[in-house]
Amino acid sequence: MNAKQTVRITSLSAILLGAAIILHFAGWHEARQITLIAATFIAGTPIAIKAWKAIRMKAFSIELLVTIAVIGALFIGEYVESAAVTFLFLFGALLEIRTMEKTRSSLKSLTDLAPLEASVWRGGEWVTIPVEEVEPGDRVIVRSGEKIPVDGPIISGTASINEAAITGESVPASKTLDDQVFSGTLIDHGYIEVLAERIGDDTAFARIIELVEEAQEAKSKTEKFLERFANIYTPSIVILSIVVYLFTRNIEMTLTFLVIACPGALVISAPVSIVAGIGNGARHGVLIKGGDVMEQLAKIDTVVFDKTGTLTKGRPGVTDIHSWNMDKDELLRLTAEAEFMSEHHLGQAIVREAKKRFIQLQHKAQNTEVIKGNGISAEVEGKQLAAGNRKLMESQGTVIHPEIEAYAAQREKAGNTAVFISVGNEIAGIISIADQIRPEAEAALAKLRKNGIKQMIMLTGDNVHTARLVGEQLGLDQVHAELLPEDKVAAVSKLKEQGYRVAMAGDGINDAPAIAAADIGLAMGEGGTDISMETADIVLMADRLDQFSHAYALSKATVRNMKQNTFFAVGTVFLLLIGVLFGKVFLASGMLIHEASVLLVILNAIRLIRYTSDKPSNRHQNEVKANESAPAR
Amino acid sequence: MKKVVFLMEPFSCPSCIKKIEGALSRAKGVQQVKVLFHSSKIRVEFDESIIAADDLQALIENLGYPVLSKKIS
Repeated sequence: MNAKQTVRITSLSAILLGAAIILHFAGWHEARQITLIAATFIAGTPIAIKAWKAIRMKAFSIELLVTIAVIGALFIGEYVESAAVTFLFLFGALLEIRTMEKTRSSLKSLTDLAPLEASVWRGGEWVTIPVEEVEPGDRVIVRSGEKIPVDGPIISGTASINEAAITGESVPASKTLDDQVFSGTLIDHGYIEVLAERIGDDTAFARIIELVEEAQEAKSKTEKFLERFANIYTPSIVILSIVVYLFTRNIEMTLTFLVIACPGALVISAPVSIVAGIGNGARHGVLIKGGDVMEQLAKIDTVVFDKTGTLTKGRPGVTDIHSWNMDKDELLRLTAEAEFMSEHHLGQAIVREAKKRFIQLQHKAQNTEVIKGNGISAEVEGKQLAAGNRKLMESQGTVIHPEIEAYAAQREKAGNTAVFISVGNEIAGIISIADQIRPEAEAALAKLRKNGIKQMIMLTGDNVHTARLVGEQLGLDQVHAELLPEDKVAAVSKLKEQGYRVAMAGDGINDAPAIAAADIGLAMGEGGTDISMETADIVLMADRLDQFSHAYALSKATVRNMKQNTFFAVGTVFLLLIGVLFGKVFLASGMLIHEASVLLVILNAIRLIRYTSDKPSNRHQNEVKANESAPAR
Repeated sequence: MKKVVFLMEPFSCPSCIKKIEGALSRAKGVQQVKVLFHSSKIRVEFDESIIAADDLQALIENLGYPVLSKKIS
């Protein structure tokens, strides 16, 4: 029986019930009874068929209880009851499906983002083909407003791309030649050609969808318990109702008892909350792998962070430019020209900074010489330029004046590497470079603490000095530096032994053992390219710590929602059963209340879909910050 | 070994899962069955030399669950 048929049968049964009411007031008793019996059979047959199919599979079902009750009602001549119960049951199930759809809608809105068509270069022209027919190696063109159908690098053009489907981040990122783009993301404006590397089920997007789907099926402890409970509960209700009959000899009360005790709301109370919660996370760029993880996360009281790449951006950026007798941008431009071909990470940071400031580079540096461990020297636009450390300056006979030295020392104390730049043997400026703390880190950590995290600890392989600086800036409780991966594992295990519930957030392969050792492992997803996506319990798709603080708040809200639902469902059944035993609740009205309780449970879970852990003003701030940091990524 | 994913109408009761999983895993040539309740999908891994995807679809539909679409990979 499909959805359409159910709608038809339910409406037919509703019409017959309406007709029976009219016949009742018209005084045609016989016709009324026949209409009611017809309504019962029309609505009851599909229920009975389902019950029968379930029995054949050795499964006790709610349909079975209803069928027994309806047959009983027909037997004792309670046609009003039998017709009303069958109608209410079908109608309730319909409403249930509709509202359940809502709790699943956040996942559906994700899958709806999957592109259907692609324009590819085939046989000398651009042709539009279904996305399944694209093959690796194809050149795919994507225009403004279109979805990117494959994963791969850009081979020509530039575009501003909304990557919300992958990262949950709605601020568009600007991408150009050689940048990696992902299937399911949307071109805001621009125009690019992409070389198809991964297609179909291999794309990051398809893997995310699959992981979210798996996560929604992975049952939490509460869910498993409720399911086991329902398995014992349903047969024992049948036995109990027999006991009720033996004591009261009242068939109607027995049948009512049977129907009211259906565990409908109870069985779905926990799953709907979890599904809604995981869906909410997925939309905000947090992949939470299942109900069990959700419940565990809510219990976390200690968070352990890796430093590089987790609390900090993981790659050095220019923090300050100081120049003498020269414009800052001019200094940056000249240095970037010299460093353009440099493979050193400090040199690359300078080139990135120049690009970020939209400084045009001519690539006309000559006689470039890399002095290993010290810096670089080159001829740029006729000027002799050197960029590097004190040793380089000394070796070239450049004098560092005390005021310049004082400035450099102060920058170094603040955790930077100071790059001296000389033009024609005169110090022209200093560019400070540091691995910056993520802009959202401070707010995210404050929010974690506010939501119940008791201690936050940083474990890093970096030197004590840098580690302490980061720790102080973020107000961490403990900082442990110069650790090897196995030291991190030991630290996490020790915390667990002390009775803390530990979440470990890290970004790379070196953190993987500690992530696995923690109660909850968090990985930075880096646009879904890392293998850590498969091993961690939670993946932050956009590498943003505020996604973690959201997930933590969300897990608490989800567990709360689940408890409310379970409590409400059990409470309703309990009160109704007492009502039945005292003769206050009858078959049809009991059924009505029962169905209403199921709907209320679902509606309560739907609230979770729209849950935001931020206040609107906060949220705006985060977006602005993200925008600032976007070009650096 | 092939994998087929059937897209179904929304499942309404968790007991459907047992029914479908039971029936499919009893079929010859079927390696693994997974019913995704919340995303209304059935994933089956099967040996294409023993059983065809269409047979699997017929089996599911005979149980009373219409298949909306399928994707073989």
